[in-house]
Amino acid sequence: MAFQVALGDTTVAEVAATKIGIKNLNFFYGNFQGLRNITLDIPERQVTAFIGPSGCGKSTLLRTLNRMYSLYPGQRAEGEINLNGVNVLDPKHDLNALRGQVGMVFQKPTPFPMSIYDNIAFGVKLYERLNKSDMDERVEWALKKAALWTEAKDKLSQSGLSLSGGQQQRLCIARGIAVKPEVLLLDEPTSALDPISTARIEELVSELRTDYTIVMVTHNMQQAARVSQHTAYMYLGELIEFTPTAQIFVKPKDKRTEDYITGRFG
Amino acid sequence: MSKNVGSNNKANNFALQDKIFGYSTQFFALLVLVTLVGIVASLFMGSWQTLTQTGPKFFVTDTWDPVRNLYGGMAPLWGTIITATIALIIGVPVSFGIAVFLTEMCPPALKRPLGTAVELLAAIPSIIYGMWGLFIFAPLFAETLQPLMINTLGQIPVIGVVFQGTPNGFGVFTAGVILSVMVIPFIASVMRDVFDTTPPILKESAYGLGATTWEVVWNVVLPYTKAGVIGGIMLGLGRALGETMAVTFVIGNAYNISAKLFEPGNSIASSLANEFNEASDPAHLSALITLGLTLFVLSFCVLAASRWMLAALSKREGKRT
Repeated sequence: MAFQVALGDTTVAEVAATKIGIKNLNFFYGNFQGLRNITLDIPERQVTAFIGPSGCGKSTLLRTLNRMYSLYPGQRAEGEINLNGVNVLDPKHDLNALRGQVGMVFQKPTPFPMSIYDNIAFGVKLYERLNKSDMDERVEWALKKAALWTEAKDKLSQSGLSLSGGQQQRLCIARGIAVKPEVLLLDEPTSALDPISTARIEELVSELRTDYTIVMVTHNMQQAARVSQHTAYMYLGELIEFTPTAQIFVKPKDKRTEDYITGRFG
Repeated sequence: MSKNVGSNNKANNFALQDKIFGYSTQFFALLVLVTLVGIVASLFMGSWQTLTQTGPKFFVTDTWDPVRNLYGGMAPLWGTIITATIALIIGVPVSFGIAVFLTEMCPPALKRPLGTAVELLAAIPSIIYGMWGLFIFAPLFAETLQPLMINTLGQIPVIGVVFQGTPNGFGVFTAGVILSVMVIPFIASVMRDVFDTTPPILKESAYGLGATTWEVVWNVVLPYTKAGVIGGIMLGLGRALGETMAVTFVIGNAYNISAKLFEPGNSIASSLANEFNEASDPAHLSALITLGLTLFVLSFCVLAASRWMLAALSKREGKRT
């Protein structure tokens, strides 16, 4: 198993095991190649951020990690994505089980049209058969983890849509956590939120790092700098640079990365 | 100065145009109300004789005897409700299946041709369905499926009685089956359209949790689109309740109430179509118009029931404030 040393990172100077090993990954939307030969090791229990200009493939890369693309005919991935050493791109790999291991949160809050309680219980019921009190406990646990419990505990039977945008997004994170995944994929999770809600989500991401491997796409470089330990800069479907976050913003190796983070383009 | 006056005039002109436009749209909207009130009033006037002379007994007796001038509307009312119910019991699950396939699992190359075919089915005139039912479906049904159903389902205690009767292909059940074929394109295309309005990101969230297509459709898409789905079903039910030609051809036109679905029966629309020409006696005519009023009230109840259902559903989903 590959090991990676997080050099110069002041928050975590640790050696982390690889959770997801991506090897020679190519991705196609029909005839258009969206990702070119990506090789990248995502470390366990850390936050990895994907940055880059629009259309660079960072969301595409994220969506290969739980094979979300397979919903759409014509999209396909080649190469290897090894989660705990098992290649999840293998067509024989159980898709539903994979999604139990790899949760996802989207650009916009997407509460299901049901109560707050059921929003969380829905995912749990797909994998486990819990009795009422165990389920109550799980819902409380997930909401506490997502820092939503104090705000939501008195209105669990109300619609998930009754919450504010930031609360809805935390509900979506709680929903993702409730099924006890190993990896959380966050696709620009704060792009639809106000600054205060954004700060809460970022705080939450930093806390969740102790239990989960988090992979996050962001348009906001400051956000990547604030919450991630590793940053990947992507451009036109290629991985340009992947280093500890502290390093990429101070001393980027590649000229293209430097141009982007100094705001010369993008 | 003159320039200012000019622009003021122009503004006044726009305001006037807006006013005229506003009033004319209001006029068209009011026309709907006037038409509705007019129809209800004329139905009431036409049925006055029956309502005053026979009274509520009209709805609970099944003797329909123009010779003795005795009219009871229960048989056609019963037939209308039963045929429409059969149509929905068969039509709704099939339509749901069609809509789910078209929106969730259909290969893109098939999506358009299949969708168009479903819509074309809705464009077939009802007289064609009636002829198809009379010449093709009823004989085929009498020879194959009907005896089979009588010998199997008909032998079940208690509910078996429903699947009994003369196996000649005509009757309430056949009418219900034909109606189901007629309502499927309506319900299926409405369901498909509303399923398509579900944001992909919402479905992806559910798929992302590891839900199967069925779980996504049943727990997320259906609750999200419930207003449209119920609207589509009500559209189909409205067609089934009011359908005339196709039903007249196969229902048997007998004023007869029976639990046996293979026996001939009648529906409101079918009796009206068959008898209006020969109703010379005012009592007969009034009885027929009373049936028409009944159908109107029935449709109104259906609409009210759908509203009530929607309210109950959103209550279960949790308050939004």
